[in-house]
Amino acid sequence: MELSDLRHEIEELLAGGEWREASWRLQVLWDKHGSAPLAGFAVTAYSRLRDQLKLASHRCAILRSFTVEPIVPILKACAFRWGIDLDIHVGEFNAYAQELLDGSSRLYAFHPDSVILAVRTHDLAPELEQGASYAEVVDRVTGQYAGWIRAFRGNSTASLIVHTLERPAITTQGVYDSQLMDNQANAIEQINRNLRKLAAEHRGIYFLDYDALVARHGREHWGDERKWLSVRLPVAAANLIYMAQEWMKFLAPLAGRQAKCVAVDLDNTLWGGVIGEDGMAGIQLGPEYPGAAYQAMQRALLDLSRRGILLAVSSKNNPQDAWEVLRDHPGMLLEPEDFTAMRTNWNDKAQSLREIAAELNIGLDAMAFVDDNPLERQQVREQLPEVMVVELPSDPLQYARSVRDCPVFERLTLSDEDRQRGTYYAAERERQALEQSAPTREDFYRSLAQEAEIAPVNALTLARVAQLTQKTNQFNLTTRRYTEQQIAELARRPGWRLLSIQVRDRYADNGLVGVAITCDRGAVCEIDTFLLSCRVIGRTIETALIASLAEEARARGARRLDGWFLPTKKNAPAKDFFAQHRFQLISESAEGQHWGLDLTSAEPRVPQWVRVFVAAEKV
Amino acid sequence: MNGDILSEVCGVAADVFAIDALSLTGASSPEQIEAWDSVQHLSLVLALEDKYGIQFAPEEMERMKDLGAIATLVRTKIT
Repeated sequence: MELSDLRHEIEELLAGGEWREASWRLQVLWDKHGSAPLAGFAVTAYSRLRDQLKLASHRCAILRSFTVEPIVPILKACAFRWGIDLDIHVGEFNAYAQELLDGSSRLYAFHPDSVILAVRTHDLAPELEQGASYAEVVDRVTGQYAGWIRAFRGNSTASLIVHTLERPAITTQGVYDSQLMDNQANAIEQINRNLRKLAAEHRGIYFLDYDALVARHGREHWGDERKWLSVRLPVAAANLIYMAQEWMKFLAPLAGRQAKCVAVDLDNTLWGGVIGEDGMAGIQLGPEYPGAAYQAMQRALLDLSRRGILLAVSSKNNPQDAWEVLRDHPGMLLEPEDFTAMRTNWNDKAQSLREIAAELNIGLDAMAFVDDNPLERQQVREQLPEVMVVELPSDPLQYARSVRDCPVFERLTLSDEDRQRGTYYAAERERQALEQSAPTREDFYRSLAQEAEIAPVNALTLARVAQLTQKTNQFNLTTRRYTEQQIAELARRPGWRLLSIQVRDRYADNGLVGVAITCDRGAVCEIDTFLLSCRVIGRTIETALIASLAEEARARGARRLDGWFLPTKKNAPAKDFFAQHRFQLISESAEGQHWGLDLTSAEPRVPQWVRVFVAAEKV
Repeated sequence: MNGDILSEVCGVAADVFAIDALSLTGASSPEQIEAWDSVQHLSLVLALEDKYGIQFAPEEMERMKDLGAIATLVRTKIT
């Protein structure tokens, strides 16, 4: 559909109050035509839908050495498209150092969730463009960044996204620069390397490779020299969208918009042609064009799977035909085992996606969908507005790039659990088989041979613990979300205990799958957070964890263990947890229930079929 | 031809300023439009550059006294 028609249609739907219809069309509009001239329209339209859409709010401050104002509406539109309502604060020109260093600056008063530090080589280290003594400049610039990052960490728990420095399009000494060991390009690379080292010393500091971004779009064409010299804007009009999209790759995961599973179509998505018609020999899939486009797509999906994103198949096909290709086609890079769930049938895709989400025990808002057919995408967008639909262009050569550019597949940290996720689900299938064959529930628990290790949060587990508070929706009593920085800060508070639980059984090491946070207030130990990944729900691990909490609290002198159940749309699986563990209801309000357990009499016991190890104090 | 371009320019300006396109004419200028400050002026210029695949020189940006003048400039660049 033409852009102007689509716009017109959206305007009419908005006027008629048909927000659901308007919303998915807006997604298509922005995915296909997102650009500077369209940003104003998209932001205005999305603003009218604000109350109807389930948006995550996120506060982002941009500190800069150049003009970013024209990028702000584009960034907002990108954020809206991925379900984020961005509140943006733009720092004064070149005031980034003061804002970072001064604890009472407007930056900190804004209480950002994330801060982008967008500083260019030209502004920070003009000497690098003038052929000075590079070693000194490298030391000075590295030292400056170190000071800013330290000050920032002291003043804020927000995440910090730092632009790396970019290389100049033309070196000051011409080709002679390349003949020198100590040259301009080298100095800039050295600074960037130092920055990465600095980031590793702190939590929540991330790097945006600005040099790579500029290079990807062509150094000569990235900026418009006249705009730079007249209005201090280093990005040409047509590239503003790429700057905004690059920022989104950081903001989407930081705002919690991450796909846990991507469901992919088969025919004309993973290979060219239709297996049911073209047969094994007729479909396009291999290292040569046109099959190469589909191999590139498969490689992109494999890369997602290595980030811990589950792959699933949603295809209208005969299961035997599809299976034959997955198993036997020599051009397949993905293997049947790479897929955690499969729906090859003639049902509509919305139905398949619902089933896949249920099978994997994840929310539909954690599902992404990739399909070459615009009608299938439209149907899913219409029926399941929560699902993140990837817009594929008509040219298969661009499929892989579209998948790779999608911000909801980005991860800023990767835990061991992420990398192993696929194998966890394979183990789960074996467990389910066992459960069905075991004569009683207890026999099943016993045969699982579960071992739980409960330990205080330490430097190694901090990232995963924060990640679990961000992502766990179902078995989560209070659904309090914490960043890594906030977890680190809580762990330092007196009276607070932050525990992680790792679970192994005969099938797999499930990794770190649960978090409990408690705070001692006099004779009462209060449970701030209690959550378990859906991977281990229903196997009495929750009982082992609460029993361990109760036992420890009593050992510390507590007479009561208190907890809250704060209902959300998704945490019904945790609703009866307190009652089942003999807690008494103390009070109930619209917000939730307050429960208490008298530690002087009864306390829950660790089930005999779970071996619990309690690790020593903080490392 | 200039009429079409003018209405397109008004459309882009309306999006940038978040106001109704019907309220804009060739005579609309920063003096009349409250949202049309220097930041929005730059956004308007960039939106037009991106839409038409053109570039304006700093001198041209200063000559953009009203939407009619902008439409005329756009026209010289795309024909």
